[in-house]
Amino acid sequence: MVQFINLTLGGLSAGAVYAAIALALVLIWRATRIVNFAQGGMLMITTFLAFTVVSDGGSYWLALAVAIVAGLVLGAVVERLLIRPVENKPQLNAVVVTFGLLVLLQGIAGMIFGGTPRSYPPAFGIQGFQIGGGRRLLFAPNDLWVFLVVLAVMVVLAVVFRRTSLGLRMRSAAFAPEVARLLGVRVGRMFTVGWALAAAVGALAGVLIAPDTFVSPNAFDSTLVFGFTAAVIGGLDSPPGAVVGGISLGIVLGWVSGYLGSDIVNLGALVVLVLVLMIRPNGLFGHAAGRRV
Amino acid sequence: MTATIPKTRQLIDKASLANRPRSTLLRHLIWAVLGGAVLYVISISISQFQDFELAQICYTAIAAAGLTVLSGLSGQISLGNGAFMAVGAYATALLLEHNEQWPLALVLVISVAVSAAVGLLVGAAAARLRGPYLAGVTLALALGLPTLADYHGLQNQLGGNNGITVAPSPPPLSLGDTFPLERWQAWITGLCLVITLFLLANLVTSRVGRDMRLLREDEDAAALSGVRVARTQVLAFTVSAACAGLGGALLAWVNSLAAPGAFPLTLSLSLLTAIVLGGLGSLAGAVYGSVIVTLLPTWSTDLAQSANLPRTIYANIPLVLYGVVLFLVVVLFPGGIQGGLVRLWRALHITIR
Repeated sequence: MVQFINLTLGGLSAGAVYAAIALALVLIWRATRIVNFAQGGMLMITTFLAFTVVSDGGSYWLALAVAIVAGLVLGAVVERLLIRPVENKPQLNAVVVTFGLLVLLQGIAGMIFGGTPRSYPPAFGIQGFQIGGGRRLLFAPNDLWVFLVVLAVMVVLAVVFRRTSLGLRMRSAAFAPEVARLLGVRVGRMFTVGWALAAAVGALAGVLIAPDTFVSPNAFDSTLVFGFTAAVIGGLDSPPGAVVGGISLGIVLGWVSGYLGSDIVNLGALVVLVLVLMIRPNGLFGHAAGRRV
Repeated sequence: MTATIPKTRQLIDKASLANRPRSTLLRHLIWAVLGGAVLYVISISISQFQDFELAQICYTAIAAAGLTVLSGLSGQISLGNGAFMAVGAYATALLLEHNEQWPLALVLVISVAVSAAVGLLVGAAAARLRGPYLAGVTLALALGLPTLADYHGLQNQLGGNNGITVAPSPPPLSLGDTFPLERWQAWITGLCLVITLFLLANLVTSRVGRDMRLLREDEDAAALSGVRVARTQVLAFTVSAACAGLGGALLAWVNSLAAPGAFPLTLSLSLLTAIVLGGLGSLAGAVYGSVIVTLLPTWSTDLAQSANLPRTIYANIPLVLYGVVLFLVVVLFPGGIQGGLVRLWRALHITIR
């Protein structure tokens, strides 16, 4: 029983990170109808920057800030330079370009930082909370922090999208670009902002999960797949769905790794993904819309 | 001005059609024999190491040709055909481990059947998926399936991270004692490539191939005109998985090893790069692309070593180039190499006339 609780709790904090990555994917999907397969590579680059700050003696918080700002910039630059030419083109083009960007970033990181995984410090303690009888839960202050941060980000994003003029403009640009343009919304700029925001959320997720995955050019490949799976569980265009999807995926994968073996977590994600898509192709929170693609 | 261009093209097409055999099958047979002859001449005029590279090119091209049928022809994108290569490789390794006496052809046929079966399963699950959803599933497949080898319950059978060693089958004695193993490997993989391309070329020009193209252009129109959408998509997936399986089986046989490390995400990526660079949907393009993608790591290593660059730099040059090439081709040269050649050919025709 204790093991079950522990695995569930462990899955909770991992799931929060998947939720953040899923959020980033959902933001981009909503804005430009593109699945950003480069997300894993972009957050890898920003996490490497944070790692550089930390290993040069900077504080955890400075590194986090650097990663998020770098994410904002990287997201905007990527959208303007690489994604703009494939927007409103066949889906294949965007998939190929974002996948290409993923390896391009991995190659660049490999050239600069090499292939050895580096360890990354957690924000808070990683020793579990104590429960009665000297036993410890597999849930540490750092896990609580990860969980709370992701919740906070979700709330902030919800407020931005629902309560601010920027959010309204972004939603209108995604929902009806032509009408929005006629009403004076700079649609292209909104897409850029969407990508920048998404990349910043991704950068945050990278720093949060780095203590577990370590930092190396392809350390975040599986994280990307988990984030994608979480986003698909949530329906790919619903931010609350992404969060629920991420956390439930984290818990399921926690059970898989605890009861079946940690070697096949990737396979577990594949099975979950296929099952969800077969049972509810629009995700748990998706709107039952006609096929868009 | 604009009206004259299609007219000229029609003339050219008629002119070139007149010079070639009427029967598609015969034409493909002639190409296959020519291709086989070219491969033979190349294989006997290069060094042993280059023969090994030729074998690598051939098995990569087999997998790439399958992928180009799937992505270029039927419009489904797969980021995970490396996983099917792993299936083929492990099938071959396991079969050869337990049945050393079996002829290679039989082992290859069974491996292809096994990967086709896995492809059928995945394809059936994926038939409802489009565009980025399918890409995501296949990406998960590429990352998930090879980890099965490391699963503690299967480690004894699949050899964990070290993989399974495949005993190299020596060339037949009738070729002489000193006949290099690499050349034999190049011959076998080359033969498999020619057969695969011949079969795929016929598939592409058949009714099924036409259905696939229709499906890619407009799914609703295809369904309305009687194409069985799901069945055709699953078929395309199965064919591409079978080709990837053959490529993987030969990869294990040529390198004498089937291990998870041989099937990283980069492998699926290099297949994708090969078909996009060569020209999406073109079998010839898949071959050009495979040549470049296979030789690129060697070239960049040579180049970097002559410039005294550290290993971390040159080991990553191919990755960077894949990324750049994918972007440039998709945005600026959608036809890839084959598209360029076709345009060049037409331009030449017009100037000659």
